[in-house]
Amino acid sequence: MSKQTLEFHWGKHHRAYVDNLNKQIKGTELEGLQLGDLVKHAYNNGNPTAYFNNAGQAWNHDFFWESLKPGGGKKPTGEVLHLIERDFGSFEAFADEFKQAAATQFGSGWAWLVGIPAGSHGEDKFGKLAIEKTKDAVNPLVLGHYPLLTIDVWEHAYYLDYQNRRPDYISTFIDELISWEAVTARLEQAKATINFYDVKMSSI
Amino acid sequence: MAGLTLPASRRLGSALQALIPVTVQSRGFQTYSLPELAYDYGALEPYISGEIMELHHSKHHKTYITNFNAALEKLHDAKDPQSIVALQSALNFNGGGHINHSIFWKNLAPKNQGGGEGPQGPLASAISTQFGSVEKLITKMNSSGAAVQGSGWVELKHLVVETTANQDPLTNKGLIPLLGIDVWEHAYYLQYKNVRPDYLKNIWNVINWKDVSSRYEEAL
Repeated sequence: MSKQTLEFHWGKHHRAYVDNLNKQIKGTELEGLQLGDLVKHAYNNGNPTAYFNNAGQAWNHDFFWESLKPGGGKKPTGEVLHLIERDFGSFEAFADEFKQAAATQFGSGWAWLVGIPAGSHGEDKFGKLAIEKTKDAVNPLVLGHYPLLTIDVWEHAYYLDYQNRRPDYISTFIDELISWEAVTARLEQAKATINFYDVKMSSI
Repeated sequence: MAGLTLPASRRLGSALQALIPVTVQSRGFQTYSLPELAYDYGALEPYISGEIMELHHSKHHKTYITNFNAALEKLHDAKDPQSIVALQSALNFNGGGHINHSIFWKNLAPKNQGGGEGPQGPLASAISTQFGSVEKLITKMNSSGAAVQGSGWVELKHLVVETTANQDPLTNKGLIPLLGIDVWEHAYYLQYKNVRPDYLKNIWNVINWKDVSSRYEEAL
């Protein structure tokens, strides 16, 4: 991911979302809210308000930068790897599914690794990891899911470096750029609200 | 497949049908191929770079066609309603992408082929009546185009300015497309980066008003 891309993506696109959001909420009671709460409030149960795009994109980009690191990628270790292997079969299967989701998000959007609370899928007795894709500014917070990792697949995220070759960008992201430390830290926080294991086991 | 109207080109005006090169497979369904441009990749400079035009035409548009043909083949082979319905979004996205871009290339022309020379005749009067002036139309299209969130198009459809998301075809809203401007980032990013409004301001130098007029007159 080139310096030029980061200069534009962070310095222009992300900055514009933040500046414009601040203008939109200035002087309103929304000013005091945490960004995550603002996003959910703005989503308005599927009938988004005027400031949803800026709020969502501001949150998404913060989360995206924290999902990256120089010399990242490769495989996770510890509990993240254990849960990935449990819920996807193998790290390779996870990577394939993640690449597929990111490549097939038509138009602008994001692909995510999320934690889904128990009971969301009916018969599930405990939480699990899943992959989701969202369009434009939408993110899993509005679905009640816990984001762990994201890749931006808006064209501005990769066009200078990869042009139309989105799959190459996605492969580089997985091989070289993911901060698994960030994912691990988020998983720890997620465990405060999501029980990933059978209740009987985790009480030992 | 009873009740399905295929291929999509049968539902479009004859002028549009003439634009889209087709091949009839030996198995009896049509596939599509990339239409040639009426000008070189570099001919629209400095308003749209040759680099963008080459990528946009030979990669992005070509990919929509490749994927559309693949979806059409699956449709031809589909045996049950579930399989057919599952192909909807691929057909809409890739077929729409092919339709939209085929129109877009014709909506553009280099200066030495009339690009940027304002509308004449019935279209000019209609624009004057509907919008007040060409400048006002351009202002309206540019502000609508700049406001599209994510990827999409801003179009003049039979004297109404509309926007569509992603590759939703211009015809999905039941209106006849006259002029479309691609506001996906791939259409301008290498040259204009995040400054979509500058791209929208400059593209009017290479709009082929003769093409827009002939579509308008065909639709009357």
